[in-house]
Amino acid sequence: MNAPANKFAAYICSGCGLGDVLKIAGLEKVAKTEGKMAVIKTHPFLCNAEGVKMIQDDIANDGVTHLCIAACSRRAKAEAFTFPTVAVARANLREGVTWIVAEGADHDEVRQEMAEDYVRMGCAEVKKLILPGGNKKESSSKKILVVGGGMSGMTAAQAAADAGYEVVLVEKTGALGGFANQMWKRMPFNAPHADAQPTGATELAAQVSANPKIKVYLNSTVAETAGAPGRFAIKIAQESGSISEELCGAIVQASGFSTYDITKLPELGGGQPNVVDQAGLEALAKAANGGPIKRADGKEVKSVVFVQCAGQRDDSGTHLPYCSGHCCGTSIKQATYFKDQNPDIDTAIIFDDLRVPGMGEDFYRSAQTKGVTFTKGKTSKVTGGESCSVTFKDLILDEENTIPADLVVLATGQVPNAGVELDDWTATVAAADNGDEAAKEKKTALQKISVLNMNYRQGPDIPQLKYGFADSHFICFPYETRRTGIYAAGPMRRPMDMHQATEDAVGATMKAIQAAENAALGRAAHPRAWDLSFPTARLEGCTQCKRCTVECPFGAIDEDERRFPLFNEERCRRCGTCMGACPVRVISFENYSCDTVGMQVKAVNVPDEDEEKPRILILACENDAYPALDMAGMQRLTYSAFVRVIPVRCLGSVNTIWITDALGAGYDGVMMMGCQKGENYQCHFVKGSEMAYYRLSKIGDTLKGMGLEPERMQTYEIAITDGARVAGLINEYVAQLVEMGPSPMKGFG
Amino acid sequence: MTTANETAVAKYRNNFLKEVEATVEEGHWVKMCMQCGVCAGSCPFGPHWEHSPQKIFMMIRAGKREEVLKSDSMWMCTSCYNCMVRCPRELPITHIMHGLANYAYRLGLSPKGQPNQVIAKLFWESALKYGRVNELKFSLAMYFRDGFVQGVKNALAMQGVGLGLVKAGRLNPMEIISGHTCKDTSGIHKMIAKAREIEDRRRGLA
Repeated sequence: MNAPANKFAAYICSGCGLGDVLKIAGLEKVAKTEGKMAVIKTHPFLCNAEGVKMIQDDIANDGVTHLCIAACSRRAKAEAFTFPTVAVARANLREGVTWIVAEGADHDEVRQEMAEDYVRMGCAEVKKLILPGGNKKESSSKKILVVGGGMSGMTAAQAAADAGYEVVLVEKTGALGGFANQMWKRMPFNAPHADAQPTGATELAAQVSANPKIKVYLNSTVAETAGAPGRFAIKIAQESGSISEELCGAIVQASGFSTYDITKLPELGGGQPNVVDQAGLEALAKAANGGPIKRADGKEVKSVVFVQCAGQRDDSGTHLPYCSGHCCGTSIKQATYFKDQNPDIDTAIIFDDLRVPGMGEDFYRSAQTKGVTFTKGKTSKVTGGESCSVTFKDLILDEENTIPADLVVLATGQVPNAGVELDDWTATVAAADNGDEAAKEKKTALQKISVLNMNYRQGPDIPQLKYGFADSHFICFPYETRRTGIYAAGPMRRPMDMHQATEDAVGATMKAIQAAENAALGRAAHPRAWDLSFPTARLEGCTQCKRCTVECPFGAIDEDERRFPLFNEERCRRCGTCMGACPVRVISFENYSCDTVGMQVKAVNVPDEDEEKPRILILACENDAYPALDMAGMQRLTYSAFVRVIPVRCLGSVNTIWITDALGAGYDGVMMMGCQKGENYQCHFVKGSEMAYYRLSKIGDTLKGMGLEPERMQTYEIAITDGARVAGLINEYVAQLVEMGPSPMKGFG
Repeated sequence: MTTANETAVAKYRNNFLKEVEATVEEGHWVKMCMQCGVCAGSCPFGPHWEHSPQKIFMMIRAGKREEVLKSDSMWMCTSCYNCMVRCPRELPITHIMHGLANYAYRLGLSPKGQPNQVIAKLFWESALKYGRVNELKFSLAMYFRDGFVQGVKNALAMQGVGLGLVKAGRLNPMEIISGHTCKDTSGIHKMIAKAREIEDRRRGLA
């Protein structure tokens, strides 16, 4: 919290060539007269031990509480310029000015103006900063709740226990093991990846049950999940009807998958005798127990055909549109069940594309060596019965073919058990609240399939991305869901085989542990893990519009009994989407608020119309766009010196007031740079950039009302690698604005 | 008397893949093909033959015995080894192609008059007879394979090249009379006969 007397100081670095091309005295003057800094110091090498010592001494002896460091990008020298006891703002003179403004005396004037503006902005920002105190709680649970006792869940529980954490494992059925209990063998986990291996489920179940750190609830479901990371209050409903309560720090959801209903595939013989799915074949192999595999009618199988992609990769919209990933490997494994027992059994696998990721290629080769026949073809018809037949188009020989078989195995896909789809839930609840009887019944049914039964404002389960699989930032943070502290593992996250599921489980468990530890320290979860700030709302100004509660990508905000937003700080990821959403601007962070950015916007010196120096505001996402801009500097690309860049936590945190303020003050244009949105989103906060685009799509009318062209505000999707592209985009936009002519708002600001 | 082909058909019944594995040089590799098509894309003869190696392997697995053995595709292989170098599964494709061609020939199923087959046969016969190839007689045999008139025409067309070779000392016209042989031709004949006997026994062609 703030010391009684704030003392503001500006430190200007003249190293890295800054002093050669900038008039440092001019910057000092700006910091003094306009920035009103109490202490202003210049150092030729601010980030070295001597420079840092100078700042530390001022903090210790001179009572400096707020620093504006005018040197390099906030992404550079972060360690040297970390002063945990004071608030720090960074003015980016190196990557942001000297490295990107064209060289030569012709550009001295605009370069100096740009640098002075950044000093103004830094001084303006630091005045609004408050050192975050963190929301450290007295007691915080680090216990890990694992939902689901299959291979993923058991592996997760074991991994957490091995790491020294208490675990609560909730399993719906009467035994641990999940789908693995139905299996005869698994695909090989280790070299030489040649033969199917025992599943190991029984041993793992015994290990988990005997582990004193793991408390197993069988025949139990999660009746309610309340709270936040560090303080999840879990109600566990047991078969007896009794409810147990557990306090947990983080959650791993490993609720697994169901097999696709084979009877939905009548054209492939689904439902006919001697046509089974892969689960059915596992049952036959288990019954055979290493001996000859027999059909349901007791006949020994002498020939078997595996049909890949049965009811999968279907673009007609009838069946699963996706590839379940494991089924090629599983069919290979099952074909070797036959070949290992009797090499004379004819085993054919009809595949379209054989997909065996990882070391599966070795397993494939091993099966070929054992004599399994692989035929590239597309199966059109399967007939079951006493003598089965499979009709397919051979895609290499380009001809129709029919082969007989004693048994046909359909490689159907995985259907995730991820719980309730939230849009469906929201619509159903709204209808039920309006008295719709059918909707009320549906609501009850949905509550039954819910896995976590969260009491969150935004619905009872974690959000799904596509095809019912739990959302995950599959490129950067695969286990992250859109509910902080809850991590998804195994086939409910994406289709996968057992080995991948166990790896997934360990990964998700590590993230869960991290979340519980961060919560105990009062810190945010990834990607702002160091951040001790959290959002607060001036409730007296709140209009109860609920935008923040709806738009929060992480479901962090509930409603209190008076229908005001109720922040669960531990669930918050500090993206600021709530702040961007708030129409009355009552939400803020100590170190990031409408004011910290707004004052920077206002601090910029906007030249008059006749000076022919346009001003363009760039609001750049700190995760991708801002690094890309830094990268342009590192590559010594040049872009217009008329832009002023302000990093934002996420485009979702951009409050439209900043844009209207900027344009009202005579800026000629605003560039918004965020991450890719949509299905293949790159946004670190999942929905932030999408929210921003949605909100900004409606700003056109406001601009028209101000008498401005809608082109004066542009949005861009920028990836972290777009250094060269971003420089080009800036120059193009500046050229476009020059053509449009100066903003009519100039001089009224 | 049953032919070698009839014997093979009876022995392997429908399982052509097994037959290839047992009788064709490097035939046990056929099952390892993963149908990527890199061989088909690498072959310089790609546009000219009917069945790429990829297809030949698929046809073997599909039991298309007659079609494979009567195909002229594998006879076109020039042994450039492109496919073999590029095959991700490291199949000795070139060797398999020659193995299949040889097997088809032994069964009497190979396409009659296929030029590569003719030249291979003449080459082999010359080598077998003298213990080395008599280039003059081998060339003339090639020219005259389609009859005397065509042979004269072929020889006249090539006379410039022939005279050049004679002038350069690369071709001795006197070879036409006897031609030199290796030291122990009968030893060579015995050795080849023994080798063939062993191999035929192994392949079930004896």
